Amino acid sequence: MHQQKLLSSRSLILVAVMLAALAIFPTMVSRYYIYLVALMLVTGLLATSLNMVLGFGGMYQFNHAVFYGVGAYAAALLTVRGGVNPWWGYLLGPVVAAALSLLMGLICVRLSKLYFGMLQISLGSLVWAVVFRWYSFTGGDDGMHGVPVPPLISSIDGAYYFVLIVTVVCLAVMYLIVNSPFGRVFESIRDNPERAEAIGVNVRLHQLIGLVIAGFFGGVAGTLFVTVEGSVFPDMLFWTLSLEIIIMCLLGGWFTFLGPMLGGGMVVALRAVVGIYTDYWTMVLGIILMLLIFFLPQGVLGFFTARLGRGQAAGEGD
Amino acid sequence: MDSASHITLAALGQQLLVGLSRTTILFIVSSGLSLILGVLRIPNVSHGSLYMIGAFVTYSVATFIGGQTGFWVALAVAPVAVGLLALAVERGIFCHLYEREHLMLLLFTFSLMLVLGDVVKLIWGSDYRSLAAPPMMQGSFSLGGMPFPRYNLFLLILGPLVAVGLWALTNKTKIGKIARAAAVDREMVAAMGINVSWVFAFVFCLGCLMAGLGGALVAPTQNITQGMDHAIIMEAFLIVIIGGLGNMWGALLGAAIFGITDSIGILVWPQFAIVFPYVAVTIVLVFRPKGLLKSTW
Repeated sequence: MHQQKLLSSRSLILVAVMLAALAIFPTMVSRYYIYLVALMLVTGLLATSLNMVLGFGGMYQFNHAVFYGVGAYAAALLTVRGGVNPWWGYLLGPVVAAALSLLMGLICVRLSKLYFGMLQISLGSLVWAVVFRWYSFTGGDDGMHGVPVPPLISSIDGAYYFVLIVTVVCLAVMYLIVNSPFGRVFESIRDNPERAEAIGVNVRLHQLIGLVIAGFFGGVAGTLFVTVEGSVFPDMLFWTLSLEIIIMCLLGGWFTFLGPMLGGGMVVALRAVVGIYTDYWTMVLGIILMLLIFFLPQGVLGFFTARLGRGQAAGEGD
Repeated sequence: MDSASHITLAALGQQLLVGLSRTTILFIVSSGLSLILGVLRIPNVSHGSLYMIGAFVTYSVATFIGGQTGFWVALAVAPVAVGLLALAVERGIFCHLYEREHLMLLLFTFSLMLVLGDVVKLIWGSDYRSLAAPPMMQGSFSLGGMPFPRYNLFLLILGPLVAVGLWALTNKTKIGKIARAAAVDREMVAAMGINVSWVFAFVFCLGCLMAGLGGALVAPTQNITQGMDHAIIMEAFLIVIIGGLGNMWGALLGAAIFGITDSIGILVWPQFAIVFPYVAVTIVLVFRPKGLLKSTW
């Protein structure tokens, strides 16, 4: 492998400009747009966390929404039922999601591809069914509303900056993971698990670590969702959302690092825009997905980076 | 779980029979899914949507014609209508995607599910509908002191008939044998001068027809609503997985496990009844991750 810097100077400037734009943005627009962009960041983080295993690990994680939901529920339940300081929720929510991911991973990791995904989905449905029905603890199908948020970040501006900072930190950490020796090995497992095994890589262990990382950051996205919305509901764990997150990765491009971020943001923005004109958002999403599969299977960012002829534009080529 | 103490044997027996009649519908839907999975290797997420369309079409046809005949006509019309819709989709769009990887095919059928869900909303609105069973199937008879609905008995009788019919179709007819051969080695079948593309179209159409039939049969037993597609597809997938992908008898076994654990769950701990089947599925998959019976994959 040739030596390369972690980030080329060009993409460093691009990232700096984007960050500056995101930082000054709330001073210029109304509350609704701040809320919307915060939600885009949360969803983008969620999609990026899935892409750690989906795009970089080649694992069919079909239940990723479960970790998002469990992170959010864990944080909400700790504050509402446990009565502890809400900050603990931010710390423990992702840890609970990661622990669940580890548990599910231990059961599923020996299977490959579609079988792996199907077992994940069945375990995920189990968690969803419990959350959906346990009225006395989780609020059942109503979910929980008015979850307390620390005063510092309870205003919309505070929530936005908190989401922005956490998202950027998480993205940076995930970027470092992807470009670490672990990340390289992980990608080699995606490309050829047998060969990776043959050169002495412990494939199952790497996949398990990947799952835990993805579950952790999925949980972080869940706690951020609580910050923005102040509520949790069982649909956050439902399998249709899991597949929607896969669409986001596909839309942005799952062989690029920032693709899922873009895809997640695009889906949230599209839903907001389309929602103004019609009730039939899912049909629009379905048609977008069909067109994508036919004409743009490498995703929007993947398409542009291929067009530009440099895999470095997004920081991570193949 | 204090209700567990006063479960009588009769109640248990009745609940078992209810579970078995639920099994019939689950089997019909999941056998179609299994057929498509086995031959085309496609996890058809839109299967549940076709089931929902089957139920709505049954409602519309049955109420339009009305009376005794209405339901029986609807029972014939709905599966055929769903089968034709599936054929159109397969020939129009789907057959161009067979070379893609599984994940893309799965996502495509998911997009189809999203579109069809909203199409149903467009045509039938978002209110729920309910359809009475045809007059001769209404009411119930006594079973050890507990009432058992006649319609459920009809389902109990129909289930084995459909299973045998499907078995005969795939094992005894020429097209069935070709389809099974195509599942094992599609290149070889093509080399024999058979148009595999049309075999796939037939199988896809037949599988989706089963979804429509399941939807038609379930119509008198529950509210016909938006969202019934989400519920059934997950159940059908899990049934197919625990039974063994592509194995029709596996689908029957899986459906029985699902139907019975669900009905026992309702008796033992109603609040968490929906958790029971998932627990059963998880236990099966932990010990036999590739399903109980031999998969065709």
